[in-house]
Amino acid sequence: MSGLDLWMRENPLAYIWLGSYAVALLIFAVETAMVIHKRKITLQQMRLMREAETEAGDDK
Amino acid sequence: MAINWFKYSAPTTFYGLAGKLIPWFALSAAILLAIGLYIGFAVAPADAQQGEFYRIIFIHVPSSILSMFLYLVMAGYAALGLIFNTRLSAMMASAIAPTGALFAFISLWTGALWGKPMWGAWWVWDARLTSELILLFLYLGFIALHASIDDPRRADRASALLAIVGSVNVPIIYFSVKWWNTLHQGSTIKFTGTSMHVAMQQAMFIMLAACWLYAIAIVLARVRSIILERERNTKWVTELPETKQ
Repeated sequence: MSGLDLWMRENPLAYIWLGSYAVALLIFAVETAMVIHKRKITLQQMRLMREAETEAGDDK
Repeated sequence: MAINWFKYSAPTTFYGLAGKLIPWFALSAAILLAIGLYIGFAVAPADAQQGEFYRIIFIHVPSSILSMFLYLVMAGYAALGLIFNTRLSAMMASAIAPTGALFAFISLWTGALWGKPMWGAWWVWDARLTSELILLFLYLGFIALHASIDDPRRADRASALLAIVGSVNVPIIYFSVKWWNTLHQGSTIKFTGTSMHVAMQQAMFIMLAACWLYAIAIVLARVRSIILERERNTKWVTELPETKQ
């Protein structure tokens, strides 16, 4: 038996939590952060486009 | 009072509705997740054969169910977009794909974590595991194909075909444990009943509901960004207060 095998059998709850639940919750957190970031970037791009259009209109 | 559902099939009206619904779905998901984890770890007893290791099912089973259902929902939206040329359907399909892929990944990852102490192997080329891996590749293929075509409407049509063809894999995943001799166990919960302890059932169904609500909240949040991107030249988007600040 390897060290990991022994450890997981001695600490099953730590193995479950660290291996699966912590990973799953981390994935959810990263996905949420990415979606929030994407919205911020999209809104920022739209504001920049609006400003560029306004400036182009002023130049005319 | 009758609700005119067709009204919300337009990005214009759906954008606002999604914005109102997201906090409710997200809050409900967080509450149910906390309750599900509490019941799963503090109330549900250890399994007679698997000991504590069975507790992985409270995230593994909901993730697996979600990965399959989300694919069918994605393929359904893609088909609607392809047949009726509705803009929102294609946007919804694009918004669902990353979340579905993540649930497929969590399903495979947690399955491997469970497999090691139970089967003695992280991975076996079992029909259920292999078909779930193919599902992950189909999600990744959908995302990659959509991203590789510059014209969004052409990208929608090409990826919709992949989604529709790929949906044949979902019944294969579900029935694989019946059709073939697999190492993966069959369904524990059936329409005829179950031998599971009631607290285990409660934890699993609450976690399933939490995952569903999370998926809905995150997909709605993602589709709002997609709507803004794709409709950025329309008058209603330029008049939105959040784009003016």
